[in-house]
Amino acid sequence: MARAIVDVMLKPEILDPQGQAIARALPRLGFSGVSAVRQGKRFEIELDGPADEAALADIRKMAETLLANPVIEDFTVRVEGETAE
Amino acid sequence: MSAARVGVVTFPGTLDDQDAARAVRHAGAEPVPLWHADTDLRGVDAVFLPGGFSYGDYLRCGAISRFAPLMGELVPAARAGLPVLGTCNGFQILCEAHLLPGALVKNAGLHYICRDQRLRIESTATAWTSAYTRGQEVVIPIKHGEGRYVADAETLAALESGGRVVVRYLGNPNGSLNDIAGVSNEAGNVVGLMPHPEHALEDLTGGPGTDGLGFFTSLLKTMVNA
Repeated sequence: MARAIVDVMLKPEILDPQGQAIARALPRLGFSGVSAVRQGKRFEIELDGPADEAALADIRKMAETLLANPVIEDFTVRVEGETAE
Repeated sequence: MSAARVGVVTFPGTLDDQDAARAVRHAGAEPVPLWHADTDLRGVDAVFLPGGFSYGDYLRCGAISRFAPLMGELVPAARAGLPVLGTCNGFQILCEAHLLPGALVKNAGLHYICRDQRLRIESTATAWTSAYTRGQEVVIPIKHGEGRYVADAETLAALESGGRVVVRYLGNPNGSLNDIAGVSNEAGNVVGLMPHPEHALEDLTGGPGTDGLGFFTSLLKTMVNA
């Protein structure tokens, strides 16, 4: 059993008005020293089996067909909490 | 000649299918309801993907609708030349389905915008805009929170040089690149736009006028000439 994490972020060249709104709110709450915020999505995918190369290849395929829109977003895939069988 | 049959697709969360069907009928064609879970286009001559919040806009607008069973039939038919119009959420679905290039992301100002919008018709060489004249200014309502059109520089250049920017905003409401409100595929049979021509058909109903009707009469003209 393993958990794969897919992080999806807007490409750097795509304007992120939500991130900008968060960045503008921070000083009002007394947080200083933040130059920019970008907002993304995190998907936690529970696998039935181990996170082997085949499973990760599947997850990359899921990411590029559904979880992310490659026209506007980049994604990364990593494995978390792999437990001994 | 029997009336052209125009399929109007309903996904879970579609809102404008009744107005869309009404617009089709108003223009003199026969609306044919199509259900997202069906795999049958019922022999229609064209398809209208209306606006709304299909699948609650979960994940991204249009991202899940793209995989609806009906889309499995619609995508190859559109690639083969079936006229398809997507407005608002329909435009988002067409982009997610890669029938149109680019994507629609959150409005630059973050606000949901609902207003009568001035637009310029930039291309009349599509199945849905031949009844307009090039450069014609029209007023058609918009109502969206995620209508900012984006595409990479290469795609934008190809759209501009290929005459595939169909409708442009006059007074950009949402930060769309190049003021783009609607685009077409290369063949001109697939058109997507954020404004709602189906809400601008009659003076009586309090809309901004009848400027939207041309999208539907264009289709009928296209069918007669086909």
